[in-house]
Amino acid sequence: MRHLILLIFLILPMAVFAVEPDEILQDSVLEQRAREISKELRCVVCQNQDIDSSNAGVARDLRILVRERLVAGDSDEEVINYVHSRYGDYVLMRPPFNLSTAALWLAPFVLALSALLIGWSVLSASRRRKTAAGLSAAEEDEVARFIEQNKVSKET
Amino acid sequence: MTRALALIPLLIALVFGGFFLWGLDPDRDPNDIPSVLISQPAPEFNLLEVDGLATPSFSQADLVGNPGPVIVNVFASWCVPCRAEHAVLTQLVEREGQRLFGINYKDKPEDAVRWLTELGNPYEMIGADSTGRAGIEWGISGVPETFIVGSDGTVLYRYVGPVVGDDAVKKFREALDQAGAMEIEAGG
Amino acid sequence: MTPEIGHFALALALAMAIVQSVLPILGAARGNILWMQSAKWSSLGQVFFTSIAFFALLQAFVTSDFTVKNVVENSHSLKPMLFKIAGTWGSHEGSLLLWVLILTVFGAAVSVFGANIPDSLKARTLSVQAWISVGFITFMLFTSNPFDRVFPPPIDGQDLNPLLQDVGLAMHPPLLYIGYVGFSIVFSFAVAALIEGRVDAAWARWVRPWTLAAWLSLTAGIALGSWWAYYELGWGGWWFWDPVENVSFMPWLMGTALLHSAIVTEKRDAFKSWTILLAILTFSLSLLGTFIVRSGLLTSVHAFAVDPERGLYILGLLAVSIGGSLALFAWRAPVMEPGGIFKPISREAGLLINNLLLATATGIVLFGTLYPLFYEALTGGQKLSVGPPFFNAAFIPIMLPLVFVMGIGPFLSWKRADLPGALQRLRFVAVLAVLATLAIWYIVRGGPVLGYLSILLAIWLFVATLKEWTVRIKLFDVPFAESRRRAANLPRSTYGMTLAHAGLAVAMFGFIGSSVWKTEEIVFVKPGSEIEIAGFNVTFEGLERVRGPNYVADQGRLTVIQDGEFVTELFPESRYYPVAESNTTESAIRSTMAGDLYASIARPASEEAGAGGTLTLRILYEPLVNFIWIGSAMLVLGGGLSLSDRRLRVGAPRRGSEKKISNASKVPAE
Repeated sequence: MRHLILLIFLILPMAVFAVEPDEILQDSVLEQRAREISKELRCVVCQNQDIDSSNAGVARDLRILVRERLVAGDSDEEVINYVHSRYGDYVLMRPPFNLSTAALWLAPFVLALSALLIGWSVLSASRRRKTAAGLSAAEEDEVARFIEQNKVSKET
Repeated sequence: MTRALALIPLLIALVFGGFFLWGLDPDRDPNDIPSVLISQPAPEFNLLEVDGLATPSFSQADLVGNPGPVIVNVFASWCVPCRAEHAVLTQLVEREGQRLFGINYKDKPEDAVRWLTELGNPYEMIGADSTGRAGIEWGISGVPETFIVGSDGTVLYRYVGPVVGDDAVKKFREALDQAGAMEIEAGG
Repeated sequence: MTPEIGHFALALALAMAIVQSVLPILGAARGNILWMQSAKWSSLGQVFFTSIAFFALLQAFVTSDFTVKNVVENSHSLKPMLFKIAGTWGSHEGSLLLWVLILTVFGAAVSVFGANIPDSLKARTLSVQAWISVGFITFMLFTSNPFDRVFPPPIDGQDLNPLLQDVGLAMHPPLLYIGYVGFSIVFSFAVAALIEGRVDAAWARWVRPWTLAAWLSLTAGIALGSWWAYYELGWGGWWFWDPVENVSFMPWLMGTALLHSAIVTEKRDAFKSWTILLAILTFSLSLLGTFIVRSGLLTSVHAFAVDPERGLYILGLLAVSIGGSLALFAWRAPVMEPGGIFKPISREAGLLINNLLLATATGIVLFGTLYPLFYEALTGGQKLSVGPPFFNAAFIPIMLPLVFVMGIGPFLSWKRADLPGALQRLRFVAVLAVLATLAIWYIVRGGPVLGYLSILLAIWLFVATLKEWTVRIKLFDVPFAESRRRAANLPRSTYGMTLAHAGLAVAMFGFIGSSVWKTEEIVFVKPGSEIEIAGFNVTFEGLERVRGPNYVADQGRLTVIQDGEFVTELFPESRYYPVAESNTTESAIRSTMAGDLYASIARPASEEAGAGGTLTLRILYEPLVNFIWIGSAMLVLGGGLSLSDRRLRVGAPRRGSEKKISNASKVPAE
């Protein structure tokens, strides 16, 4: 308790933000590019944060660096490559497409394709069964039961 | 056909389970990020001396053509674990004759001078990285970090965090020995 | 003494669970009705004893009993009572106890409310449920006992992480767990059905309320967590594709698919093995989430303290439960008869598309979340990040077609639908959506094409959902009184669907508005500084020191003026918690339907900039962001409406050839 009272008179340690006003570039187009690039780069000391939203010191240095490179005339890709060559694949929030990440990038297509395949086979199986058998006795029975029951639930 | 299809979820689950088992290995540290510099030439950088310190500064050129491996240590006076590590590094220099270079990371010169006066200065050369830019060139994620650079200027090893405690020191010395052995093998 | 009682009660609950995991299922196999019915008492017994354990821990937290290690590590005597209570489930051990409590409550609920479920199915389901209980109670007793003592007891505790001392987050875990664990019942039903070798419409109907209850809690839990991140973390984001978020999202996606495929099984007796598979997978993904959060397998912002031994134990649980159930599935599913037939244009086909898209989306999130682990294993220690850019690029293209189909699906009838007829009715909706989108584009200008496409689809879904309702009640086709009568007679589950679908559309407006048209100003301020943002003029008046129960804060005062008129004052805080020695940012938000004005303050990073009392002020304008929470509430409410539908309460249709145990499936008299 005494501890707390003492604190009333001290300067409190305060949280620090990610992007700071003194980092922001005058040129709003460049700044916008810098923000977008910052969202593609991972803060290496943080747990799963990009440098745009991290308040770690290294993240701030990298943000300043990104802006310096942009001012110097680098393209977005060049800036990202610059950081990539020093920190490796880990720093990229969007993994580069290569042999070892092909599985990741192709997965959505493979999954979507297999979903299509499953859908198609389910539909065609349903069609085949119809031509073969029509409604089975059990199904007829069930339809009747459902109609019956819906009636009941409407009445009540 | 249906039977084979019904097996697919189980097979996928088993493969996933295998990876999980691998991932639970207690030796695996999910936060450990390997350096891209290993087996690469040391990065380009050029640093000024620390103001008020007699120790000269160094650049990439000073890391090439040494007779044996050198240790490059990134440190700062504000970094608490560096204090503990300082003793270990001093020992390596004084007892084993290792060569130690320092990058004084984002420090105030007067603080750095005071720190080194108090604890002693085992560094052969110290560069002042006031902006942290050299740190980025080295791909560091925090302070302290320690690198071993071979005589041809190739980065051979990186240790993240303080080299303190028996395990860490043992690991680091092994890496040093290996680096030295490589030098001898190569006739350096 | 109380902690020991809690510990002992947990052991007794384990004993009950062991009995329940054997006796009822044996009874079902042998036709021994007494053995089967023993599940009722043992499941109630489990609840009784786990409740004692839970309240023992709760009592330790409420009275700040610092002889208990868990209390020391997660509480402090100065902490407000609400957060002392919430501290009970703030740690790994405590949250596990809550997990088990909810698990046993669900089991008991089935035995108490499931009067219409045949004895054999109920017995088997409760035995399977008890297997899960045994797994988790032993896990707790062997590796994570919340009742461990410390000696000598410290004078005070170490406090709960201040970020977590928040009303939203205090309620987040219980809701999330009700969701996760609620799916365990569905899982148990599925495994029991596989053992019985029988899945039919009646089964689907018994399972539906449990799925709904779990799903709506999970929805509320995720939305609450997202809301918390939005106002507490200080940069206004609400979803980060963090592994821990993803693992709660995957069961939600699968559970949503399950909710829909179970309808097909219930109404049309089709998709049977698929529904069973979804039931197994949904709970498997919940378990996977528990595993990932508690094993430290992946790096994440909010993982529990890491312990490989615990990880191994849960992995063992996963292997037995998921591996076992999927093996059972592989063995028994192929013999299940395919159900009712349908045309490519039908309600069934629409729900099939829904399921396939949701399953694909789940697969993408799962694969993206785990890929860094796969990569590391296959490359021998190399690291890789899979972040929001990947998930956005892969996930959104799957969800947009789903939203499109959601607009049409409810218009299609079962078996064989009249697509031209449905499209005829939707022509007006499409025109309206396009016109509205054009109007928005005309007013707003700027922004990505994807943003407008999403807006178009959100409007489409919203209007189509309303249209479907007006078609149902024949609005304007029949006299108004007749429409009103029809509206009153529509079953609640129909209203549930309408509300939930419209809720998704509403939430989409929020997702799009706040991510595409968000504006932000970050400036250094001193008393008197003025900032312009989104038509607001904001003045920083100054800083004041304020005191909370267990923290001290610097509170900024901002005056907001719009068009020369005073709008409001905002008081963002930067708090310091001395016990935990950490800071939090408390943002100040002015909420309107149009958007949130969001302010937070912090200290500048560089000392030169911070000299002379300068602060960093961050002001965001997040258009439409409240639609996210409103939409989420509509989803939850829709689920609740469906759940309250009397057809579910009254129970299931009589099972066709259930003669052996006919007394259990009789339709209750009203």
